[in-house]
Amino acid sequence: MKTVPFFFAGLMTATSVMADTPVLTVYTYDSFASDWGPGPAVEEAFEATCGCDLQIVPAGDGAALLARIQLEGARSDADVVLGLDTNLTAAAAATDLFAPHSVTADFAVPGGWDDPTFVPFDWGYFAFVGNAGADLPANFKALGDSDTKIVIQDPRSSTPGLGLLMWVKQAYGDDAPMIWENLADNVVTVTAGWSEAYGMFLEGEADMVLSYTTSPAYHIIAEEDMSKTFATFDEGHYMQIEVAGKLAGSDQPELADQFLNFMVTDAFQSIIPTTNWMFPAVTPASGLPDGFPMALPAEQSLIFAPEQAAAVRDDALAEWQAALSK
Amino acid sequence: MASRTVEVTIRRVVGSGVLALLLTLSLGTLAMVALRAEGYGGLRAGDWAAVRFTVWQALLSAGISVICAVPIARALARRSFPGRSMLVTLLGAPFILPVIVGVLGLIAVFGRSGWINDGLTLLGLPNVSIYGAGGVILAHVFFNLPLATRLILQGWLSVPPGQFRLAASLGADGFALHRLIEWPMLKRSLPGAFLLIFLLCLTSFTVALAVGGGPRATTIELAVYQAFRFDFDIGKAATLGLIQIAICVCVAALAFLVPLPRVQGGSDVGVVPTWSRPSPLDWAWIGLGAAFLLVPLGAIVLSGLPGLWGLPSSIWSALWTSVWVAVLSALLCAAMALGLALMVARSADGVRKLAEGIGVLGLATSPLVIGTGLFLMIFPFARPMDFALVVTLTVNAVMSLPFALRVLAPAVAQVYSDHDRLRQSIGMPQGTWARYVVLPAVRRPLGFAMGLAAALSMGDLGVITLFADPAVETLPLALYRLMGAYRMDDAAGAALILVGFSLLLFWMFDRGGRGRA
Repeated sequence: MKTVPFFFAGLMTATSVMADTPVLTVYTYDSFASDWGPGPAVEEAFEATCGCDLQIVPAGDGAALLARIQLEGARSDADVVLGLDTNLTAAAAATDLFAPHSVTADFAVPGGWDDPTFVPFDWGYFAFVGNAGADLPANFKALGDSDTKIVIQDPRSSTPGLGLLMWVKQAYGDDAPMIWENLADNVVTVTAGWSEAYGMFLEGEADMVLSYTTSPAYHIIAEEDMSKTFATFDEGHYMQIEVAGKLAGSDQPELADQFLNFMVTDAFQSIIPTTNWMFPAVTPASGLPDGFPMALPAEQSLIFAPEQAAAVRDDALAEWQAALSK
Repeated sequence: MASRTVEVTIRRVVGSGVLALLLTLSLGTLAMVALRAEGYGGLRAGDWAAVRFTVWQALLSAGISVICAVPIARALARRSFPGRSMLVTLLGAPFILPVIVGVLGLIAVFGRSGWINDGLTLLGLPNVSIYGAGGVILAHVFFNLPLATRLILQGWLSVPPGQFRLAASLGADGFALHRLIEWPMLKRSLPGAFLLIFLLCLTSFTVALAVGGGPRATTIELAVYQAFRFDFDIGKAATLGLIQIAICVCVAALAFLVPLPRVQGGSDVGVVPTWSRPSPLDWAWIGLGAAFLLVPLGAIVLSGLPGLWGLPSSIWSALWTSVWVAVLSALLCAAMALGLALMVARSADGVRKLAEGIGVLGLATSPLVIGTGLFLMIFPFARPMDFALVVTLTVNAVMSLPFALRVLAPAVAQVYSDHDRLRQSIGMPQGTWARYVVLPAVRRPLGFAMGLAAALSMGDLGVITLFADPAVETLPLALYRLMGAYRMDDAAGAALILVGFSLLLFWMFDRGGRGRA
């Protein structure tokens, strides 16, 4: 029973000691903040230069992050939100909670970047990851015609799931429902999140799982396991661009700007590849680690502009539900 | 007379406080969410399909769990064998597993490349598929059958052995025995067990989706999720939350329509009464039940063993956090359950049912609504993440309360019906009464309830994700983070530790309850 008061006492001491140094609060998604993500290294690197206390606060995943900011509104403690993607930025900008940024950088994001509110910190391609040596389909039609079994994520609860929805929509437009009907018998199941799906794939429940082209790099670099690969689709691959934005209600606007500028430097960007397993938004001088995949040619890099993404989302979801419920 | 009034007042105050907390966490959080919404959120056709699917699968899952639990509990109640007590403890395991771990365990056995299909392929037989509505029900039965078994077993053990002996000496056996003793007992235990499992399946989400095979298996909880984070439509989330509670109220009303007679005579005993001719079917039921529940558990153990070595050190601090949160949560749950049980011990049936009904509301409320509502309550006054663990342990205690109440309320009512007149006639002070009469008499169900609460708290991810403090993590949260970082082997190791310690806590409380009886 002693632990509770002790716990509170600890918190209070911690808060009062830090009262002298300015505190920058960054809300992000859980896996960015965790011990295995970029969070700890980013905190150390930024605190070495800013003379501040960087507090990285995990708040669910990308979509939960935006929901959280909306719940808190203008009174939020957050100064920066890091981890929204371009499927969410239109809705995020519409809240009027974010302020414009002043960051300029030589972004390596395919298609370039000129959003006034959000700054990208990394990006990746969605892809079906499978076992090396297996017969890999070359596109959605071939996948649908094959016996290959896949696990995907639900677009309503998972950002990769939503990415796949957008991928098919971008590649096939009005024919998207046909593609989904063709895929229906390949889908073993649709999970709530990425972790369940990836776990099921590793257990051998499916031949392929929806993930990223950079996923095999994890197995190669961290586990020296060359057995995973991804299928290159000739329709191109849908991208996920992850961004950060400064909140208009921030009480540390200069520090927040400083953080966004720091975010596109080598010190931050070189942490990204082997902790977040995504492509850095600005390629660091040291380049990408061995084992990382190549970026695809620009015409193979699919993505909806944020407003388009917001506009097609609901119809694409309805098509997906109808096709997979048959 | 004066002291008696004071006693009654204390009981009322404690009981009412508990009820107020329960209402705050269920209807209160829902109201907070509704107030925050800008307007009423209309539902789409797809949402009504989700409501239908949710109710259908929850009815079937709860029905099958309870029906299968009867013969297993009966067999366990009348058979004594080495390792029985260990088996009864282990049977509690699936119920307390974090869902994602349980699902992976089930898939290792029933999945496309699971043991059963491997066996069928070897024999040249067609494979079976776990995915689809059948899989959802199979998974829910896997998670809840043990709970149903334990609740019903508790019912059997509460029948005084004298009754069986008397019946046997009068030559009653088979059907007569069943009609005179077992059926009345089942009538008491089944509706409550059914209701609790129905509610657990009502707010299910990860399980239903993972083995449901696609959007056909959309549950209300997923629709709540969608409303919060896909549509950013808080009003719709509140509407869906209200539908969950309305379903709960309907089913609770139906379940409680069955009269709940007061428990009669005697207290629990630690020995197994043998009362009728042994049937070989008993062994079949025990074997089947054990295999269905323990083989997937074995798969979890097997996949976790390699990851145990070299687990990151943060797992151990997460374990420590989870253990003390679980213990405090169990204490809080026991205090609340005792408070409520004491308040309603001498009340009319209607009042008791109402209290029990409010007790289950927390279970019927969407975890996401509870978390968001609490967040909205705390946010204007303080940083919600400073309350991460306090909120987690309180919500965990409230979630376990219905189970605790289920086993404690009849025992407390029993003490009053047996001894209250004596207490009044000798004017025993309340403290003495509680310490020397009530507590010893309810020790066994109390231990069981606390064990359940502690284990549930250990395994539950709960609301901590919404309140996450970067510096504090519970073991389930650490496990999810490992999975999210591709570290599936470490996560499997962490899952094994989680299962082990949940069972250990459960066993310690349960054992303590059984004491030297």
